[in-house]
Amino acid sequence: MDFGLTEELTLIRDTARDFAEGELMPRATRHDREAKIDPAVFDMLAELGMWGLTVPEEYGGAELGNLALAIVLEEINRACAATGVTVSVHNSLVCSPLVKYGTDEQKKRWLPKLASGEILGCYSLSEAGSGSDAAALKATATRDGDGWVLDGTKLWVTTAEQAGLVIVYMRTNAEVPKAKGITAFLVPTDSPGFKVGKKEIKTGLRGSSTCELIFEGVRVGDDAVLGEVDRGFPIALETLDGGRIGIGAQAIGIGQACLEASVRYAKEREQFGKTIGHFQAIQWKLADMSSRLEAARLKVREAAWLRDQGQPCGRQAAEAKFLASTTANFCADECLQIHGGAGYTDDFHVERLFRDARITEIYEGATDIQRLVIARHLLR
Amino acid sequence: MQIIACVKRVPTTDAAVSVTPDGKGLVTDGLPYMISFYDEIALEQAVQTKEALGGEVTVLSLGPASGSKEIRECLAKGGDKAVVLTDDEWMTRDARATAKALVAEIEAQGADVVFMGKVATDRDNASVGPMVATYLGWACVTDVVALELGEGGGTAKVETEAGLETLEFSLPAVITTGKGLNEPRYAGLKGIMAAKKKPLEEKTPELEANQAMVASLAPPPPRKEGRLVSDVNELIDALRNEAQVL
Ligand SMILES: Cc1cc2nc3c(=O)[nH]c(=O)nc-3n(C[C@H](O)[C@H](O)[C@H](O)COP(=O)(O)OP(=O)(O)OC[C@H]3O[C@@H](n4cnc5c(N)ncnc54)[C@H](O)[C@@H]3O)c2cc1C
Repeated sequence: MDFGLTEELTLIRDTARDFAEGELMPRATRHDREAKIDPAVFDMLAELGMWGLTVPEEYGGAELGNLALAIVLEEINRACAATGVTVSVHNSLVCSPLVKYGTDEQKKRWLPKLASGEILGCYSLSEAGSGSDAAALKATATRDGDGWVLDGTKLWVTTAEQAGLVIVYMRTNAEVPKAKGITAFLVPTDSPGFKVGKKEIKTGLRGSSTCELIFEGVRVGDDAVLGEVDRGFPIALETLDGGRIGIGAQAIGIGQACLEASVRYAKEREQFGKTIGHFQAIQWKLADMSSRLEAARLKVREAAWLRDQGQPCGRQAAEAKFLASTTANFCADECLQIHGGAGYTDDFHVERLFRDARITEIYEGATDIQRLVIARHLLR
Repeated sequence: MQIIACVKRVPTTDAAVSVTPDGKGLVTDGLPYMISFYDEIALEQAVQTKEALGGEVTVLSLGPASGSKEIRECLAKGGDKAVVLTDDEWMTRDARATAKALVAEIEAQGADVVFMGKVATDRDNASVGPMVATYLGWACVTDVVALELGEGGGTAKVETEAGLETLEFSLPAVITTGKGLNEPRYAGLKGIMAAKKKPLEEKTPELEANQAMVASLAPPPPRKEGRLVSDVNELIDALRNEAQVL
């Protein structure tokens, strides 16, 4: 058993870290305030090959696995969570299912563009009435001649503003149990009848766009069906196993940033004639943060490794996300507390970390849903 | 064009270094390493030269056998192959012995131009580059901050105490690189994957004994603690009477 990173993974981590520290840290506050990621960042990520991280070489990707993705995401999110989720969703919720379930034709059509970053991808499952209960979705795809017509409104779609391709989950059969009548479609965002709707104003993660998607008679052919008709929901869930590892890694990155900021401040800030790091109350916070982070990091990497081995990892991915996201919020809370009033103002980036951490317990399955998934595995 | 980039593995600039009990070296356990800052610029210049004029970039390093991560990174950033002259004492090898070992390999490989950093960030000697050029009998241009290179020679702007100087030189030459010559690229993921397949050869060099010995090594004295003053008058008073700089 070896807990160390291989030479290759170390190089990948160092590259991601250099980039994150050099290019993302100086921009993260601006991304948050302007609710927009600097377009130059997308180009730099393309240059680095980050959009094709998990895509096979034959389609122009780096053909790396979930472990490499988790390590990269940790570094990116340590600097900027808005950029982090964009990379995570593109790789784990769009490229991965295409690689796994796409036909040769679909792969040839989409993967080279996705891998090069020429277009970005988004994943659209949620609706106003179906969040945790995702299978209750109502938007429809109706058979029409030799194709399909898509209608309905989807909600909270990450990267909607920039995406060129959306993988959208639509009801294709209302006669069967709800999870058995859903189909995944590959829809170009320049399709007639497709519109990006309202952009959400959010607590955190503000640099990342989260929008409504409106489908009004959008026509697609059979070649747009990902996997089989009516068999989309298992794809949505299996895809989320990978996505949750990505969000787990995001949470670790944010938590790590909180720990580092806390250690720095504990060594600098003086009260009662000494730096606050001398107080046991502060020391214990740091020790708790560090221990929980290290444990969650190992869990995230284990889940990623399992997925790379092609083994089932539903429970492990849920546990990884559960542990990592609750840890990130714990760290963000303690970090803000350690910074006192300065942490509550925008003098430091700590208040952003606090706001950004919050989302990791909500999307790709809220914390209680992770508990539910884990318990289901245990009681099976 | 045959291009060689000489790089050195050094402790990272933010590493917390401490001196060994005998006062002659650094404690190396757990020390993080990187390619010396100016050598990164040398490598980038080598790769840009290849991209502009064609040819091949060989990364050459005198260093430990375990240092392959840093050398792989050079391959990921565009080097075509690498030769490591293994020397576990590389950090304390003196400039002359280092230069001689590098020269033997450069002569064996053959090259039109050798790029190296103007100085290594660990020992700050700035001697290996000129020594390599001297032993090779080649032109040497140091601390280059702007460069135009063609087949037979080139023009370089170099940083001197008096300001920028423009020099013309012919090839073969050793060029030591200064800050601002270029902006070193990041190693992309594809580069990292490709680097796995590039040749990295380890050789045992003939090493001459050091002629320069470290007599003793001591950390710089700790800086005196700063003091916060409450207003400008107190500051002026302190500058005038305590620091005596006004
Ligand atoms: C910034 C952001 C980005 C997003 N990006 C995407 C995206 O790209 N694509 C996409 O499809 N969706 C996306 N979402 C949607 C996200 O996945 C959902 O918000 C999430 O699944 C939760 O659904 P909900 O908001 O409807 O909450 P609800 O399901 O209404 O849950 C409300 C509360 O009830 C709890 N709860 C619900 N059911 C149970 C239960 N059975 N047992 C115990 N507790 C329960 C939940 O844990 C939660 O605390 C995004 C959301 C946000 C905020």
